[in-house]
Amino acid sequence: MASHLPPRPTAQHSQADAGGMAADEHHHGPRGLKRWLLTTNHKEIGSLYLIFSLSMFFIGGIFAMVVRAELFQPGLQLVQPEFFNQMTTMHGLIMVFGAVMPAFVGLANWMVPLQIGAPDMALPRLNNFSFWLLPVAFALLLSTLVMPGGAPDFGWTFYAPLSTTYAPPSTTFFIFSLHLAGISSILGAINIIATILNLRTPGMRMMDMSLFVWTWLITAFLLIAVMPVLAGVITMMLLDINFGTSFFNAAGGGDPVLFQHLFWFFGHPEVYIMILPAFGIVSVIIPTFARKRLFGYASMVYATASIAILSFLVWAHHMFVVGLPLVAELFFMYSTMLIAVPTGVKVFNWITTLFRGSLTFEPPMLFALAFVVLFTIGGFSGLMLAISPADFQYHDTYFVVAHFHYVLVPGAVFAIMAGVYYWLPKWTGHYPHTRLSQWHFWLSVIGVNLTFFPMHFAGLAGMPRRIPDYALQFADFNMITSIGAFMFGISQLLFVAVVVLCVRGGEKAPAKAWDGAEDLEWTVPSPAPLHTFETPPRFEPDRH
Amino acid sequence: MSGGSYYVPASSKWPVLGSLALGAMMIGTGVVLVHGSSGMPIMVIGLIGILAVMALWFRDVIHESRQGLYDAQMDRSFRWGMGWFIFSEVMFFAAFFGALFYIRTFALPWLDGEGAKGVAALLWPDFTASWPLLEPPDTAIQGPHQTFSPWHLPLVNTLILVGSSITLTVAHEGLKEGHRDTARHWLTLTVLLGLCFIAIQGLEYREAYVHYGITLQAGIYGATFFLLTGFHGAHVIVGTLILIAILARVQRGHFSEEHHFGFEAAAWYWHFVDVVWIGLFTFVYVF
Repeated sequence: MASHLPPRPTAQHSQADAGGMAADEHHHGPRGLKRWLLTTNHKEIGSLYLIFSLSMFFIGGIFAMVVRAELFQPGLQLVQPEFFNQMTTMHGLIMVFGAVMPAFVGLANWMVPLQIGAPDMALPRLNNFSFWLLPVAFALLLSTLVMPGGAPDFGWTFYAPLSTTYAPPSTTFFIFSLHLAGISSILGAINIIATILNLRTPGMRMMDMSLFVWTWLITAFLLIAVMPVLAGVITMMLLDINFGTSFFNAAGGGDPVLFQHLFWFFGHPEVYIMILPAFGIVSVIIPTFARKRLFGYASMVYATASIAILSFLVWAHHMFVVGLPLVAELFFMYSTMLIAVPTGVKVFNWITTLFRGSLTFEPPMLFALAFVVLFTIGGFSGLMLAISPADFQYHDTYFVVAHFHYVLVPGAVFAIMAGVYYWLPKWTGHYPHTRLSQWHFWLSVIGVNLTFFPMHFAGLAGMPRRIPDYALQFADFNMITSIGAFMFGISQLLFVAVVVLCVRGGEKAPAKAWDGAEDLEWTVPSPAPLHTFETPPRFEPDRH
Repeated sequence: MSGGSYYVPASSKWPVLGSLALGAMMIGTGVVLVHGSSGMPIMVIGLIGILAVMALWFRDVIHESRQGLYDAQMDRSFRWGMGWFIFSEVMFFAAFFGALFYIRTFALPWLDGEGAKGVAALLWPDFTASWPLLEPPDTAIQGPHQTFSPWHLPLVNTLILVGSSITLTVAHEGLKEGHRDTARHWLTLTVLLGLCFIAIQGLEYREAYVHYGITLQAGIYGATFFLLTGFHGAHVIVGTLILIAILARVQRGHFSEEHHFGFEAAAWYWHFVDVVWIGLFTFVYVF
């Protein structure tokens, strides 16, 4: 790369009319690997995020397969309990911070500028920085597997003192890797917020934005609010481990429960960070394939905002059995149940949008519909867990595992896949292979339910989570679960096949790839040129 | 809004180098903490790398700004960016203040047997809750002998930091009215006040360790004291470095009456650090 500074401005403002027809010849940047290392383009960075997320999805998936292989039968067969614990921990950390969150950020990078008519993200260099922190962070996290004493083994929630006094030496590196991922998230969220608030095309009001943009705006706010709290709590862990402080040590006047309060003050908004963009994607896809306006647009926006605000007031429902005062048990029980109201509004609106629509069932729609049904199952089991006295029975059983996997796998992950199928024509210029997509969908749906539905029963019967062995009466449920898990895991190879085939060729997609699609991204050619909307597009909503 | 003039920078090598440098620093620090000083070189290289990348990255941004590549919309992007960054910092300190309040309001009284949490009291039956906590529950942990009077060094530091916010505002007013010398003088004074604060805080830390027995290991009082004042102090150091950079830019005439967001961002940051100190003075020192 040329050494003179600053980089020459590209011919950004000379280009044609709405729709941004500027093609690749305006990309004067470096080629090959350097192009990806140094890029400031939101589409390239979006692709990087998505590819990174997919690789983490498989690494985290392999860890899950180790867990399920061990749990296929009662007794210890394949791995030692210590390694089993490392696998559950790393599976959770990788999936939450490495797969789901970066996938949504990748989709935001690609689609937010396209949906609001912006030339790029507001702060393109910062965008590149946010991404490249992630490979560093996760290389460090994965390297703990080969460190003396092994990887973190205290669960993805890393409760003190298990993660401080009794933790393996690699915990310090785990803390630093989480710091890096956290910095990445905060900077990414700042960028997304600035883009949405400042780079909308003239005439686009907040209430004209697509639901995907809205949900990301609110998610970005949540990220900026709670990732620093996570940074704070892991810093306190670092000090407890390495500098002899007693934040989480009662002998010095601290309190292990303080860790849980701080962690869940981050952790509960965090779970909404992983589902709100999913709501947005589904709210965009369902109207497209129902060929109707989204029912209750404004109520969707307000429901999202309500969920976000309530998410700060419910954290201790993760701690019902830790010994909270009665008044806290009651407060957190009721505030948690309150969240069912805005969530119910959303499910109601999706179903009402479907009502008397001209439905077709293309792959994105299949995943979106499965999302609505299966996420709702996860929502209902959440409502059961919210009931404090009942939670004394469910706590730390497989019922909890069933609950959060229903909202995360057929919830968040299905929404990500729906989004990928939906936008693949825009990214690659080709439709995804229909048959293969359908196989992927049905195998995933069957696999996911085989995996997680029996967990409800095992949990209600008292099977504890995070234990490599179990009593004989849980054997049947666990065998079904393991078969389902391997089925789900292997069928994700089909997903990779669909994506690779779609990148390489397939049925050509026009600019507006789906009949009922409305947002601005469908006004630019498929595949979208590297630079779009260098001149803000005209935006004329029909407001009726 | 934009008339198509929004500046999208071409590719840049600073972000990826920055992430490598940050990673190196963290890995190096981890090695130092876990295995000892063999990690020191990586840590130092990482730190130098970060500083270098920041300098070069900002140099690009300043250069582009001086070339007039940034329009009003870009200015708003920077404002939103800085504003939300400061909000994230607010939440970082909120976690620490939350921890302090939780310890004082709930954890210690419960350890003392208050409320319905009697079990905790069984651990150390002789423990009496108090704040500042001079005698931690376990006698193996040596608490502080005494704590600081807020009305000596902490009060002086409060006056210094509040004063520095005022001098900075005067400098800003000068800049807005085109009196670059006024801006320069008052900004210099602000930097000096920042340096005084850091020096006095250093003095206080020495006192804490040598005479007062307030250490990181001195139970929860020492832990929260150093956590809150330490991260605040680190922010004052960073803020002072930012102000020094801004001072250099004022001297070179980088800022016009209307167009000086670099200055304003630094000022926002400095005022934020000041507000955090007010919280610290109130809840760490006085009450």
